[in-house]
Amino acid sequence: MSRADSTEATLAAGEAADNGAARASGERVIRLSDVTFGYTAAPVVEDVSLDVRAGEYVAVVGPNGSGKSTLLQLMLGLLRPDEGEARLFGEPAHRFDDGQRIGYVSQHASAAKEMPITVREVVRMGRFPHVGFGRLDAEDDRIVDEALATVGMSDFADRRITKLSGGQRQRAFIARALAGEADLLVLDEPTVGVDAESVDAFYDLLASLNADGITVLLIEHDLGAVADHAERVVCMNREVYFDGPTAEFVESDALARAFGTAVGFLGRGGGE
Amino acid sequence: MTLPAGAAAVLGAVAASPPAPLQSGSALDPVLAPIYYLLDLWSLLMTALGDATGLELLQYGFMHRAILVGLCIGVMAPLIGTFLVHRQLALIGDALAHTAFAGVAVGLFLNGVLSLGVSPYLTAVVVAVLAALLIEVISEVTDAYNDVSMAIVLSTGFALGTVLISLNAGGLAVGINQYLFGNLSTVSAENAAILLVLFAVIVGTVALTRNQLLYVTFDETAAEVSGIPVNWYNRVMVMLTALVVVGAMQIMGVILVAAMLVVPVAGASQVSRSFGESLLVSVVLAELAVLLGIGAAYYGEATAGGVIVLVAVAIYALAVVAGKLREARGDDDAPELGGIDAEDDAATASD
Repeated sequence: MSRADSTEATLAAGEAADNGAARASGERVIRLSDVTFGYTAAPVVEDVSLDVRAGEYVAVVGPNGSGKSTLLQLMLGLLRPDEGEARLFGEPAHRFDDGQRIGYVSQHASAAKEMPITVREVVRMGRFPHVGFGRLDAEDDRIVDEALATVGMSDFADRRITKLSGGQRQRAFIARALAGEADLLVLDEPTVGVDAESVDAFYDLLASLNADGITVLLIEHDLGAVADHAERVVCMNREVYFDGPTAEFVESDALARAFGTAVGFLGRGGGE
Repeated sequence: MTLPAGAAAVLGAVAASPPAPLQSGSALDPVLAPIYYLLDLWSLLMTALGDATGLELLQYGFMHRAILVGLCIGVMAPLIGTFLVHRQLALIGDALAHTAFAGVAVGLFLNGVLSLGVSPYLTAVVVAVLAALLIEVISEVTDAYNDVSMAIVLSTGFALGTVLISLNAGGLAVGINQYLFGNLSTVSAENAAILLVLFAVIVGTVALTRNQLLYVTFDETAAEVSGIPVNWYNRVMVMLTALVVVGAMQIMGVILVAAMLVVPVAGASQVSRSFGESLLVSVVLAELAVLLGIGAAYYGEATAGGVIVLVAVAIYALAVVAGKLREARGDDDAPELGGIDAEDDAATASD
């Protein structure tokens, strides 16, 4: 299949230009090469190059309006770069359509829709890429139940999702991503609106998923959480200011440069 | 035979309107022949039901067809409407209905000028589907459903329709009432057969693509990430909407047809928890409105479309009250929220 070929090509290229910062074990899951993008003439993301390899745990941080959500959309192929190239699992990102490999959690907690739909029905959507036009079978239902149990929402399975709190709703969306059994989890500020205790448990969950070999890419405004949990940090404000191991990031002055002010790791930046 | 008052009124309406396209004149007859056979069976069933119950309105062939068309509308309109309403696209039904009116006018015009003998509902299907695709492509290019462009499409369709009809009739707008307001008595066998074909296409498509349509409706971005070609499903959805609108137009009329896409769905979302339940409830509410409406229109000698919509709105009001009562009774006592279980997940992930 063409995907296998392109993956091998990517791996070969990866060996030639290994920067050592990444855990060089896996294939390149995400690759951005000199990507520039703007909604208008002014670029929101400028000349960004970065690779994410299988098994990494990467957090993207930056101030509000720094282009990190846009960067995520470029990585997922929802937007196409004005210049440069975005590849996902070795394919051009906008053409990639194997939804089984990606679990996506967006900033949902605040975006309520008045649609009658239960938590279970939402989590079942995670299985849709696996069943296509078919029906979910008993195995799919078992996976859905497990995902619900994992996020502690089993008792809420038959609740209408619009009647839940932001944090509960967000757990449901995380469960949906889990039910997809993806290789790559992409989360856009997943803990906005989630209560503090659950946030810690949520990061433990991400760590255990990462330990199982799932690649985790996270956009986060909570710098303390990033410093505690992620292996690698990409700090950006239109351009990349820092890309490397978290320990080095904490030592560096990248944060102050990117944010333009002194920002400590204790303070929580505002959500976007 | 002496006609009861209600039947006399309806038959009077038949006499007043221009002769409906008869099945004998159509080029489609060989294609639709098996459906005519089904319609005959349905008519036999209805006659038997009429004999058994003594219901006067079941004595007439046109009522048999009107009831069948109504039942189909009661399924397909809320079925499609559910996917539209929850994307804030309720207005698109209205816009397409008005362009379908232009399609009707095109059909009447062609029949008048070229004597083609084609059902105006067929030209309406073509024009409405094209308009639907146009609206969708515009929204893809401009990246948003724009109520201004929708309003422009709506007005253009209606203006085109009125101009064509007035040209055709030498300046006199005759015989368009049945399209504007719908008519129980002008549901010809051919039009009923066309509706049955539309019904099969609509229900079949939704049954096949229900997963994708649900995902796209609820969360377009996540659906896109999960590999669903969102734009294609949006195009399918607007085309199905065009088909529903044309199908339902025979009874509901151009002006009121969009109500069947919206009102039962709005009622159902007041009382339903799950999406599956809301689909089912919206169909039940719509069928209730259609059957009560047709009955009341027959005996009350009123326009069926209007009565059906009024009944549907009354049912919606009841649903709002029922929903509020249910909330006030507080059957939503909060269950225990479990902890996020990092250990347990290893099992899920490794499957």
